[in-house]
Amino acid sequence: MRFPLKNLSRGLKAKLPKLKVEKRPYPSLRTKILWPVLSILIALGIGAILIAAAGVNPLTGYYHLFHGALGDAHAISETLWRFTPLLLTGTAVALAFRCKFWNIGVEGQMLTGATVATFFGVSFIGTSSWLLIPLVIISGFLAGALWAVIPAILKAKFKVDEVVTTLLGNWIILYFVAYLVEGPWRNPTSLWPESPAIAGSAVFPRLVPLYRVHIGFIIAIFFAILFFIILRKTVWGFQIKATGANPRAASFMGIKVTRVLITVAILSGGIAGIAGVSELCGTHFHMKGLGFFGGTGELSWGYGYAGIFIAMLGGLNAIGVPVAAFFMAVMIQGSRAMYRATGVPSPFYYAMQGTILVCLLLGIFLTYYRIRKVKG
Amino acid sequence: MEILTYAFFITFLAMTFRMATPVLLGTLGEAFAERSGVLNLGIEGTMLMGASTGFIVTYFIGDLWLGIFAAAFIGMAMGLLMAFLSVTLGAQQHVAGLGITFLGTGLSFFLYRLFVAPAGGVPPTIVPFRPIEIPGLSGIPVLGPTIFTQPALVYLALILVPIVGFIFYRTTLGLNLTAVGQNPKAADTAGINVFRTRYLCLLIAGALAGIAGAWFSMAQSSQFLPGMTMGRGWVCVALVIFANWSPYRILGGALLFGGIDALQTTFAALGVAFPYRILQMFPYIFTIVILVAVARRATYPAALLQPYRREG
Amino acid sequence: MVRRSPVVIKMVGITKKFPGVIANNKINFDVRKGEIHALLGENGAGKTTLMNILYGLYRPDAGEIYIRGKKVTIRSPNDAIGHKVGMIHQHFTLVPPFTVTQNIILGLKFPKGVLKVGLAEKRVTELSEKYGLKVEPRAQVWQLSVGEQQRVEILKALYRGAEILILDEPTSVLTPGEVRDMFKTLRSLAKAGTSTVFISHKLDEVMEISDKVTVLRDGKFVATKKTSTTNKRELARLMVKREVIFRLKKPKAKLGKPALETKKVSALSDRKLLALKEISLSVREGEILGVAGVAGNGQRELAEVIAGIRKATGGKVIVKGKDMTNRSPSEIVEAGVGRIPEDRIDMGLIMDLSVKENLVMETLRDFSDHAVLFFPKGVFLNHSAIDKYADKLISEFKVITPSRDAPSKTLSGGNLQRLILARVLTRNPKILVASEPTRGLDVGATEYIRRKLLEQKKRGAAILLISEDLEEILTLSDRIAVMYEGRIMGIVPARKAKIEKIGLMMAGTPLNKIGR
Repeated sequence: MRFPLKNLSRGLKAKLPKLKVEKRPYPSLRTKILWPVLSILIALGIGAILIAAAGVNPLTGYYHLFHGALGDAHAISETLWRFTPLLLTGTAVALAFRCKFWNIGVEGQMLTGATVATFFGVSFIGTSSWLLIPLVIISGFLAGALWAVIPAILKAKFKVDEVVTTLLGNWIILYFVAYLVEGPWRNPTSLWPESPAIAGSAVFPRLVPLYRVHIGFIIAIFFAILFFIILRKTVWGFQIKATGANPRAASFMGIKVTRVLITVAILSGGIAGIAGVSELCGTHFHMKGLGFFGGTGELSWGYGYAGIFIAMLGGLNAIGVPVAAFFMAVMIQGSRAMYRATGVPSPFYYAMQGTILVCLLLGIFLTYYRIRKVKG
Repeated sequence: MEILTYAFFITFLAMTFRMATPVLLGTLGEAFAERSGVLNLGIEGTMLMGASTGFIVTYFIGDLWLGIFAAAFIGMAMGLLMAFLSVTLGAQQHVAGLGITFLGTGLSFFLYRLFVAPAGGVPPTIVPFRPIEIPGLSGIPVLGPTIFTQPALVYLALILVPIVGFIFYRTTLGLNLTAVGQNPKAADTAGINVFRTRYLCLLIAGALAGIAGAWFSMAQSSQFLPGMTMGRGWVCVALVIFANWSPYRILGGALLFGGIDALQTTFAALGVAFPYRILQMFPYIFTIVILVAVARRATYPAALLQPYRREG
Repeated sequence: MVRRSPVVIKMVGITKKFPGVIANNKINFDVRKGEIHALLGENGAGKTTLMNILYGLYRPDAGEIYIRGKKVTIRSPNDAIGHKVGMIHQHFTLVPPFTVTQNIILGLKFPKGVLKVGLAEKRVTELSEKYGLKVEPRAQVWQLSVGEQQRVEILKALYRGAEILILDEPTSVLTPGEVRDMFKTLRSLAKAGTSTVFISHKLDEVMEISDKVTVLRDGKFVATKKTSTTNKRELARLMVKREVIFRLKKPKAKLGKPALETKKVSALSDRKLLALKEISLSVREGEILGVAGVAGNGQRELAEVIAGIRKATGGKVIVKGKDMTNRSPSEIVEAGVGRIPEDRIDMGLIMDLSVKENLVMETLRDFSDHAVLFFPKGVFLNHSAIDKYADKLISEFKVITPSRDAPSKTLSGGNLQRLILARVLTRNPKILVASEPTRGLDVGATEYIRRKLLEQKKRGAAILLISEDLEEILTLSDRIAVMYEGRIMGIVPARKAKIEKIGLMMAGTPLNKIGR
């Protein structure tokens, strides 16, 4: 009985062309751009299936998504308002990943920054903006840096895997924040567990009246440019790249690998902390408790995790990261618009993050390898 | 007062086993993956897919075991994807694993919203796994009401420990997969199919993670919540290092973690005047502490993180 | 001598192409039963590729293989093992944390997949006694010496019933004494009917052990000769096509002060075992001190301690009279030490970075000597200076690369080593520590690098040359130190060095215990 089956499989094997995988030593710039773009298109195709599964025509769905994110001045302002923290977290992650410091604790570092900023923002009511805004930014930077540097030190001194420690750090700070806003910091006049409002002078001014984009946007752009300059122009950037590519060789050639690791953690965590400050002072004005989605704070809406996605989609590259952050902002803003218009569940963009990333890995593979049919 | 203490002790012990179960299942799976040389950071997302799929299937069909089967199946699908990315394509394992976790986290939420509960409504529930008293054994003092009166998944996890131990140390499969994780080239020249072995290990890891995830929505509670595994997948990644990739020490590590986790619930029940949110931080702090304690001595599988390619 | 015995392996017209090279070009190769057949050729001649094809690791692009007269297709090592072909690779394919027995039974089928370790141990013991391959079946492999590990590899093949053994450069890791033992084993196996393919580029040992020799050159078949009817000179000519110059001429250099000294230096290995035991050496300006020894006797640790990437647990490293013990790599480079590491790909270079980046890596300070805006020196890189410098070195050291911006991983092995040489030598280091500088390189690159080292010596550099290749040590050094288990067994002048004496020291006999 098994005999014919075996023949069938043999027949199939003979019919199928044999595939051979070859490495491309020098992918052209065209290839380098083509495949990532194609892989995003493939991911959007899979997204279309998800939209169709919700009983909506994918074209209608995508129309509402992009229209809702880019259709008018208000939509663009909302998109840029979301772009602000995303660019910061994306840059924070990209910087860390560049030297293979797997900082997936950006979410927690955001919350740490925001928590400390809340302390100053609430305590120093009546202080001038010229003093208070720099104070919350610097304190937020330092707090985020501290939360990132602990895992970095554990990695350098005790060889503790930072993937686990940075991630678990998110949960620790998350519950600590929940403790604060439900307990000692609770705003007595609020129905929700949240801190009292920060001082008006700590609120980030808006760039254009009536639109939600605030000066956090400028700060985010500043750090994106800083990231670009560090990587392209500075000795430190060179050391980061070398350490990330091969720490053993880097240290052989005189680079102080531990110092690079620690300084990168400080800047990465610091930028993440500022993302938290930006959300506090530009968006929420109160410190918030647990988010609905496990592992996220309501203050951050999971932007810290999105930063990982953005960094990877942007190829850890100073030009790619802003593009990816903007794309993500469009997806988030657009998913909500699509939900309101068609009812496709808004976690659509959560699902798309993973889909795009998986497709992107395939795209990266196809950039560096060529698959050829061979005869016989 | 003494009876009260005894009762709380029993509750605590029983709780320990329950809290340990998902972590035990997930870590056993992670041990398969890592012993064969693949760091599977996709475990958290795989767990969430298991939680969501298991819940959805049970919600519509009404059969818990079918739900578990579906959770294991979806876990294997995630494992297959992880294997394709990390083994076939040779992608960086950190990145591939994070991708899988993103995918699982987002998709589980999306599917749940899509099929079961649109935003805003009251979350639907299922009838979860109930404790089963093992006849004859459940009467033993202390052990009876703790170990032998538990939901079926607890027994499954406990029985898996010696089975996995047998596979790792007494079978050709165990020898092969360990060799693949230590020196894939040596395994290849000895005629072991490195790719197939890693695929198999990731499928097993995925199935176990899927079941571990289903625990949260089908035994620990009766509903699905987005992100409800609360970082337990990452705890597994830490525990497998703590346990030195040995199934028996994984049992120890999982029980230790389960104990700390149970402590917060029991503390709250005892009415100890300690902020509940601070207690919730303990399991995570504990995990970092044990990781720091063992990290220097850990002997990772030599080929972990290295994709294997044959030249030629 | 078995002469009329049947042909067990016949390879006809084997062709294998890799991107950019034809590794095997229509090669024919026969082996008879009970024969020891040497496969001779230079690095890159295609010997290993041919045998990897026979062992199923590579698939040939064209050609046929017959085993015992039957045409076969070998898709994997499993197929090869099924045809009773076993291969022992140059770099052993053992699993270090496994026991000897676990390594031997790895990949074998057992009923129901359940291991029978006890039974296997008994068979291992039987086999090892039968062929004089002494080894403890329960020992963990990482604890064994290289010679013992090789025996495990041979036992692994025999356990699977191999009747055709392929040995890839088997003597390169052994002491002369261990080589003699292995040859004894090979002869007794041949007598029992086992055929052996012996891959080598060393003429002496080919003349000693083989019945027949097949010579390959540039991926092509050159000739097959009976060993008894040929000689070293003829084989050498077949191998490289031109008359080989057996020894480079050593230039005379004026001996100066001691530039590099180690005083009772001790250090631990990666496994935290004592790998260096009070090493005392002194290298003078204008001198090459060769460190010979079988790999894994502390040479790597010695180089790393001097290079500043391994902590000395005791003793002193003195550079030009200054104590430089446990200083950082950059301080050591500043002090005038040039370092050519053993591991080019993983230590000497960062393969993902570009050629120019690798060239300036050790001296970043020199390329950040300008202030920008309000930033001080040392913050910003001077890219135009880097480009100019890189172009200069690329042409001076004849590095073949598509551009200075190409990733280093696109370069060939010889060019990678030129890249390291360019980086190191252009600074005119007073002291040079070179580990395995020519390992794995083709003849042209090897000769280039050896000439460069001799040039440096003539210039007055003090050179510590660490190499497993005894011929290289003899060719280049003025004095030879031999290391064994982390100790110096003795130091002899190269002019008077007798190979037997060095062999004894490599096997662990101190110089003062060797009679005249």
